[in-house]
Amino acid sequence: MAGKSEPAATETVAIHAKAGQIKIAFLAIALVALILAPQFLYPIFLMKLLCFALFAAAFNLLLGYTGLLSFGHATFFGGAAYFTAHAVKVWGWSPEAGILLGVLGAAALGLVMGAIAIRRQGIYFAMITLALSQMFYFFCLQARFTHGEDGIQSVPRGRLFGIINLGDTMTMYFFVLTVFVIGLLIIWRFVNSPFGMILKSIRENEQRAISLGYSVSRYKLGAFVMSAALTGLAGGVKALVFQFATLTDVTWQMSGEVILMTLLGGIGTLAGPVFGAGLVVTLQNFLATSDVPVTIITGLVFMVCVLLFRRGLVGEFFATKLGRKLGFRSES
Amino acid sequence: MIFGVPVQALMGQLLVGLINGSFYALLSLGLAVIFGLLRVINFAHGAQYMLGAFVALLLLTVGGVNYWFALILAPLFVGLFGAIVERTMLSRLYKLDHLYGLLFTFGLALAIEGTFRYFFGASGKPYAAPAQLTGAVNLGFMFLPIYRGWVVIASLIVCFAVWFMIEKTRLGAYLRAATENPVLVQSFGINVPLLLTLTYALGAGLAAFAGVLAAPVYQVSPLMGTNLIIIVFAVVVVGGMGSILGAIVTGYMLGVVEGLTKVFYPEASNIVIFVIMAIVLILRPAGLFGKDA
Repeated sequence: MAGKSEPAATETVAIHAKAGQIKIAFLAIALVALILAPQFLYPIFLMKLLCFALFAAAFNLLLGYTGLLSFGHATFFGGAAYFTAHAVKVWGWSPEAGILLGVLGAAALGLVMGAIAIRRQGIYFAMITLALSQMFYFFCLQARFTHGEDGIQSVPRGRLFGIINLGDTMTMYFFVLTVFVIGLLIIWRFVNSPFGMILKSIRENEQRAISLGYSVSRYKLGAFVMSAALTGLAGGVKALVFQFATLTDVTWQMSGEVILMTLLGGIGTLAGPVFGAGLVVTLQNFLATSDVPVTIITGLVFMVCVLLFRRGLVGEFFATKLGRKLGFRSES
Repeated sequence: MIFGVPVQALMGQLLVGLINGSFYALLSLGLAVIFGLLRVINFAHGAQYMLGAFVALLLLTVGGVNYWFALILAPLFVGLFGAIVERTMLSRLYKLDHLYGLLFTFGLALAIEGTFRYFFGASGKPYAAPAQLTGAVNLGFMFLPIYRGWVVIASLIVCFAVWFMIEKTRLGAYLRAATENPVLVQSFGINVPLLLTLTYALGAGLAAFAGVLAAPVYQVSPLMGTNLIIIVFAVVVVGGMGSILGAIVTGYMLGVVEGLTKVFYPEASNIVIFVIMAIVLILRPAGLFGKDA
């Protein structure tokens, strides 16, 4: 979303001399925490969290850094889950090949959806992606390989590269963690590349970017496909974690969920979507055992976020004096 | 027989299409009116449609109020609800990126639908058509259920009335002027914030009216508006939100096309509107009646 949405910071704060080292220390602590986490928490829950965190981070690549709100990302998440599950279960592919197919399939879907949707901007873009993903939902409902309401069940995890047995939960956890870290590194590299800089310039001032000679549509489409592919990575891995792929992952509710994760955590920050996903998944887990319906809470959180703290939790922290002293800043 | 399809089946589906089209037209009209002035895509439109049907149902079962009064009362209730939402919350978002309005109303839709699902369950509840409109007439080539005929006529009348109000009356002129330049209109002493509230209430009321009309045709359920609103979004993209008349015409047209698809290629009937949307976007990105590119 465009930079005009929030007032600028009131005062400039000198960045702390050791800000860089402190940031690295934060990252190291986070990584150690993730490595130790399965000793204390249910590993399947953690894997679900990591998959959604990657999903949200990939989504944020589009919303936070390109300013495009897609309401159809469930297509890539659920679509990739179907592709991976089908390849591994029916064709007997190895897990890495199955995930690769999921990524490529999601990228192809992203190419088609993106090519149609970038013909309109802003609010229309959101509506078009929503409509196209609803079309994909109906396709999945009727296509034979998805098994309709039943979904693809009991997908084998198999052996990674033919040697590592992913059937073991802890092994699977470290595989998912590795994919997650690689995914985030790709996003970080992408955002800080010249390509990412051009995307930000398009978000800030599209007319100016055009006048500078950049083919804006091509860059937008590139970002869309990139985001779809990384979403596909998250979806494919999720299919292996839960060993099934169902219609739930292609519904518009799923597209809404990832928007909520990103919004709650902080649009245009790398850590925001990860935190947001963690919060939403934990909340859902908590509410699933209580009497309170998840939809109502989700809806209310959405409204509160939009009305009161649009920067999200991580974004709000970045905007505090301490956050600015450490040299953090949101990109939106 | 026409193209190998029995005339009765063809006419039957054409009627179904016309009825769906009536709802598409009413809903996309409301969306277009709200968007025109507020620049907000009202995601809660489907929820407000559902609210209209539920208010009618509750009026009947709890208060014993009949269909005809519900047809007036439900839009008023939902319109008032819309006005409160606009005044207290939505109006704070106008200065921001338009996407926040979409996100806010999305959350609102989830909260409303979740609440109704919690209290009334997900299953549909029947709502009987009023006695005056039950039965069917023989048109020679087919039987026309009277209520279905009424739906088409009622929606045509309301669509025309809204079009007339916006294009031909003084209030409509204020609305159109405020769409073009709100600051200038305000400086002429017209209360633009009030105009915005009334517009949102009108849109919500239209959705509720469609909901009451739909109650006897479909069942009343908390999720009745959810999938409908996504189709209506596609309708709005096809028509282009620039014109009121465009929204109405596109609504009926796509309803009929959908009905015909059910006759000739039933597998595609769910997605035909989305396919048309994609084709229109490729050939004419501004939409059939859109002004801006």
